[in-house]
Amino acid sequence: MNRRQFLRPRKIVPSTSDLNTTAEGNNPEVKKRTNSGLSKYSGTWSDKERMHLLRRTTFGPSMTDFKSFQSKTMDQCITALLDTSNLSIAPPVNNYQNRVQDPNVEYGKTWVDAPFDTALEGVRKNSLKCWLWSIGAEGTGTIFEKMWLFWHNHFATEMTAVPSASASYYYFKALMDNSLGNFKALTRAITLDPAMLYYLNGRLNTKNAPDENYARELQELFTLGKGTDSKFTEDDVKAAARVLTGFTIDFRTTPFSSLFLPNKHDNTDKEFSDFFGNTVVKGRSTSTGGYDELDDLLDMIFSVEEVSKYICRRLYRYFVYYEIDSNAESNVIEPLALIFRNNNFDIKPVLETLLSSEHFYDTWNQACLIKDPFSHTAGYVKQFKPAFPSNTEYENLYKAYYLGWAYSTILQMDLGDPPSVSGWEAWYQIPLYQRFWITSDSLPKRNEYQDYLLWVGYNIGTEKLLVDPWTLTVQFNTPSDPNKLITEATQFLLPFELSNDQIISLKEVILPGGIPDYNWSDDYQAAIDPSNSNHSTALTNITLKLKLLYKAIMNLSEYQLS
Amino acid sequence: MKRRSFIKAATASTVIPVALNGMQLRSVNNNALLKALGKRGASDKVLVIIQLNGGNDGLNTLLPLDQYSNLSKARSNVLIPEDKAIGLSDYSEIGFHPQMSGLNNIYNNKKLNIIQSVGYPQPNFSHFRSTDIWMSASDSNKVLTTGWMGRYLNEQYPNYPDNYPNSTYPDPLAIQIGPLVSLSFMGPNTSMGMAITDPSSFYELLDNSSGNVPSTPAGEELAYIRILAQQTNEYADVIKAAAANGLNKSTKYPVSGGRNTLGEQLKIVAKLISGGLSTRVYMVSLGGFDTHSAQTDSTDTTLGNHSALLAHLSQSIEGFQDDLELLGISDKVTGMTFSEFGRRIQSNASGGTDHGAAAPMFVFGDAVQPGVIGNNPSIPSTTTVNDNVPMQFDFRQVYASVLKDWFELNDAEIKNILGTDFNTLPIFKNNISGIDDIAEYMTQISLRNVFPNPAKNKTIISFSTDGGGNLSLVLYNAMGNQLYTFFNKRFSAGTFEHELDLRGFSPGNYILQLHSEMKSCTQTLQILN
Repeated sequence: MNRRQFLRPRKIVPSTSDLNTTAEGNNPEVKKRTNSGLSKYSGTWSDKERMHLLRRTTFGPSMTDFKSFQSKTMDQCITALLDTSNLSIAPPVNNYQNRVQDPNVEYGKTWVDAPFDTALEGVRKNSLKCWLWSIGAEGTGTIFEKMWLFWHNHFATEMTAVPSASASYYYFKALMDNSLGNFKALTRAITLDPAMLYYLNGRLNTKNAPDENYARELQELFTLGKGTDSKFTEDDVKAAARVLTGFTIDFRTTPFSSLFLPNKHDNTDKEFSDFFGNTVVKGRSTSTGGYDELDDLLDMIFSVEEVSKYICRRLYRYFVYYEIDSNAESNVIEPLALIFRNNNFDIKPVLETLLSSEHFYDTWNQACLIKDPFSHTAGYVKQFKPAFPSNTEYENLYKAYYLGWAYSTILQMDLGDPPSVSGWEAWYQIPLYQRFWITSDSLPKRNEYQDYLLWVGYNIGTEKLLVDPWTLTVQFNTPSDPNKLITEATQFLLPFELSNDQIISLKEVILPGGIPDYNWSDDYQAAIDPSNSNHSTALTNITLKLKLLYKAIMNLSEYQLS
Repeated sequence: MKRRSFIKAATASTVIPVALNGMQLRSVNNNALLKALGKRGASDKVLVIIQLNGGNDGLNTLLPLDQYSNLSKARSNVLIPEDKAIGLSDYSEIGFHPQMSGLNNIYNNKKLNIIQSVGYPQPNFSHFRSTDIWMSASDSNKVLTTGWMGRYLNEQYPNYPDNYPNSTYPDPLAIQIGPLVSLSFMGPNTSMGMAITDPSSFYELLDNSSGNVPSTPAGEELAYIRILAQQTNEYADVIKAAAANGLNKSTKYPVSGGRNTLGEQLKIVAKLISGGLSTRVYMVSLGGFDTHSAQTDSTDTTLGNHSALLAHLSQSIEGFQDDLELLGISDKVTGMTFSEFGRRIQSNASGGTDHGAAAPMFVFGDAVQPGVIGNNPSIPSTTTVNDNVPMQFDFRQVYASVLKDWFELNDAEIKNILGTDFNTLPIFKNNISGIDDIAEYMTQISLRNVFPNPAKNKTIISFSTDGGGNLSLVLYNAMGNQLYTFFNKRFSAGTFEHELDLRGFSPGNYILQLHSEMKSCTQTLQILN
């Protein structure tokens, strides 16, 4: 065996057989991982479990997030994460006044209810994307930002295909307002959402020229999925398209709203296949007939058990791991789907059960998610807290957000513009799933982003967005002890316990050539004590060493995991 | 078999083994003997796959001009005016979209092979599922987790990524120009491809961690990232060197519309090949073909979104082929386009077309046999929104032809990769079947007449085969789903009539297809109550 072979980690073994593998569970070929299920987790509740919970449900997390959890029990932590009732997210604002004049919106005021203006929609969309990223970077301390991202990926629309920035804002607002609410209500809201009516051509779907686009995705992507137990037919797509005829966008209102036009609606009966029990959605010719038929259509679709299972699988892939073996299917997905159905598709009870389950804290399921680019770029900022321009300097503040959004985009996640109606490949494309995020192109750029904000900084006018390594360091308990610093920093930044060799290499970064520990401690004390005669030299030295240490930790492949 | 074909086949199969002294062609690979024969070894050959994302409207790309009156009934709001299409020099009933003069030039230079109506049985209309089917080369109802090129590369370079790169194979096996690697390159163990956006700039990765990872999902993901980091660093060096060594010479590429256009992607490919990179397969892509609405300009159907895409596609391929020729490396490169599906025959009220079935594929390069394989799709005189262009050829026949006649695999190896035997098509000059004249090939069988049509309980077809052989007659519904096989048996050369029993089929439009081993021809059939 040559050296390189030896150094290589063991070969990645594909865990699914090549032929006849299904994209959705139910596959006996998949090797068994763990038997744990949804029973309530009753094991050790230490900082390790708290960090696992936070890593999966927030970006980063930040030190503030972590410290607020340290005194809490598991139930208290989960209650806090799922309580979004007090959140109020201010809408995006005019940050563009110095580039383009907006006759209707003052600098720093929101444009979301301003009249449609072709000349301004581009800069408004830019403002919207920066704002989306900022919600992740600022963090709410709850599961909120993870959940609206989940729904954005699930009910994907692309801003480039929606002319109105305001329509896209209200699409996101619908996702945010319902992100922990009721899935069926969210599906109804999105069906009638003007951005979606744009995106999947619902606005053009009329009785004389039915357009199947939304009707297909409603079933294939939004509710039933494409698993082996999802057996809707092409005729079901056509029948659903006919149910949805007549809905369009009312361009007379500001912002645009949805509208039902009875004379464009196909008011004949729509018969569905035996997969839907040959249900007939009765044709209506009343002024609100379309809404009634939509409700019948959703009742029919949601009566199929596969809907609850499909959504639970998607949540599982998002919060636990992408591979769903037969154990996970029967011990997690099926009982979780039952809870979903029993709660009439309320989302919260499902999350509550999953996040407090044995399965979720099973060591098998820890540290195995690859961070998506939004989580990576925003999470980094939450961990290191570089100083952002003040929140009245709108132009500069949004420039800082823009950097994060732009890097997320370079890393293949353009918030607001997923690659297609299927969302991002990482959450559906077998067999790679999340490995899509890590390529020979993106991995170097992830490192570049980390290093850039740590070493170079981003110039914004006279200010600079730059990580000060002390911001994080002073929050550790014993940073003056080099060993404890490394332990605390790696436990905070990485989901993995490092090997001795890795720890030794990290120590070599701050104490090269085996210099004794007290050199660090002495210099550290001098660096934080302005009265010390050695203060200035020590401060320079320790600042540099801290940057080197954080760079080395984040350059580890482990940093990409969550 | 025609006499000329027979002679050609005999030549191909006897002379080379003698020259090679009985050695297997493939095992020799890239050695001096093959070079002395003036042939490239298989391992020297490059395939460039051009993906058209979104589902390209084949009927506005390659217009079946002999069907024009029916087309104008079905899709007047998007249809290219008949006199604007660029008729092929030798088949005036086939016309390129007016923006595709570049591809027409390549056709006239005898370096383009067009395969009509390529698809697969039981077409799927979902973008992501159909893309997977094309990339994995699976049956419509099977899910494969590996890609056809990934399986090919795995067959050629087993155990990858262990011990790669190495001194024999210092270069990436496959490169996708773009930030993501597609399913096409997915091998049984890992992706066989590498994603690059800028061949001259890589940010160095510093993780030197070694040692075992835990046998947990987390360990598997960690191992994946570590291997990728190590390989990226190693491959980055050879790619940078090739980019610095290589160059572009053509002035025919489209004027740059930014960094990531297809033209720019193909420039990178030409540069890397000319710079000496021995990568076997490249994948590039052009998005935006999902033209549900505003496919064309509302006043001039030769303009608009789809037209701009086809112009860019055509110019990019012309620039690329020209570049390869100027660089003296055109003999080692074949290019191929594909899209996940074509679009419906009938256009919609939004000035667009919805997801459809079969569409043409283009294969270009010095090695291809110029011409058109297959017939124009036949367009019914009355269409519904569901009517599709039925497939004449399975896309895996194209893949099999590439594997056999370009990459020189044997039948067993191809079956390993594609799972089933597929008849190859005469896409390459050296095709093993030895068919060197597509015009002859095209007249081999014909489905001459269907009468009565529309028909009630029965109809009579007449067909002919001038070479004889196995023929089957298959009925498809308008969606392209295979319904029934009327016969599948051997015929001697001649013209035949056959009565078809149509009882039991519901009224509507159907497609009848006569298949021989190598080709198929189509007629529409309308069944009445």
